Amino acid sequence: MSIFDYFRSNKQDSAAVAKERLQIIVAHERKQRNQPDYLPKLQRELLEVIRKYVEIEQDQIDVQLEQNDDCSVLELNIVLPEAR
Amino acid sequence: MAKIIVVTSGKGGVGKTTTSAAISSGLALRGHKTAVIDFDIGLRNLDIIMNCERRVVYDFVNVINNEATLKQALIKDKRVDNLFILPASQTRDKDALSSEGVERVLNELADDGFEYIICDSPAGIEHGAFMALYFADMAIVVANPEVSSVRDSDRILGILQSKSRRAEKGERVEECLLITRYNPERVAKGEMLGVTDVEEILATKLLAVIPESESVLKASNQGVPVIHDKESKAGQAYDDAVARLLGEERDHRFVEVEHKGLFQRLFGRK
Repeated sequence: MSIFDYFRSNKQDSAAVAKERLQIIVAHERKQRNQPDYLPKLQRELLEVIRKYVEIEQDQIDVQLEQNDDCSVLELNIVLPEAR
Repeated sequence: MAKIIVVTSGKGGVGKTTTSAAISSGLALRGHKTAVIDFDIGLRNLDIIMNCERRVVYDFVNVINNEATLKQALIKDKRVDNLFILPASQTRDKDALSSEGVERVLNELADDGFEYIICDSPAGIEHGAFMALYFADMAIVVANPEVSSVRDSDRILGILQSKSRRAEKGERVEECLLITRYNPERVAKGEMLGVTDVEEILATKLLAVIPESESVLKASNQGVPVIHDKESKAGQAYDDAVARLLGEERDHRFVEVEHKGLFQRLFGRK
């Protein structure tokens, strides 16, 4: 370590990095936790159907199931490529 | 009514068995009749931590399979009255823990007047871990201030909230967090997640913080649960944890960096 490194103070605390990463992954996993097991398969099959017509990638489709008091809402978000 | 407490974590090596041994000893030291059950079928270790490894004759699976009575299998602790250990089996396959069998053993312990039943969970989220938490009234989630352990703890919390018997009945398992191997100096330097960070991420009530301490290894070397080491910070922190479990209010110790005086710096021991 050179003397210049010693005075350089722009390094971020690794604990702060850990906290931020954990908050993101934990929030993501909690969202998936309450969803039925069939959602990933549903997402894959929907992807196949859509691909027959439009070329999209796996991460351009998002399936969420929102639970309300008296009903469930299946939310489907598909990002379509720009029309050419 | 017996209170069933599971000591769980998801991740291995974070201190579940050390915690189970310390908490069960602490409850018994305060006069409560306590049983501690090793659910780690095939990898039994609670017995060696509690120094009764040479007194195991029958085990948990023998009792479930009606090859021995509960009385025959329970090992009375040599240090503390009111404390009994039910060891895991070493050879059988882990599917030997049937849900009905586990429930029967827990009911039998409650009928025998046990006030607390501590279930020492295996690592992972397989059958053994599931059986350990399924019947729990309360869960002590053990975590290290480290990313993989905190993430796994969150998964376990999710399982407690959706798959436990209480969850199935629409009730809640009382969850609390026990952080082990905590190093306040490293937290102050920004090298380790702090207590408040872990609490915030997991949104779970803090039961205790056990500081990283040489006395923990010493305790397991000797087979004396660390709560008996009243000089050690870890032992004192576990004693606080037991007091809080029993409803006492105690401040969290060993969370901040201790400032040593000049004399201590020159001559002080670690």
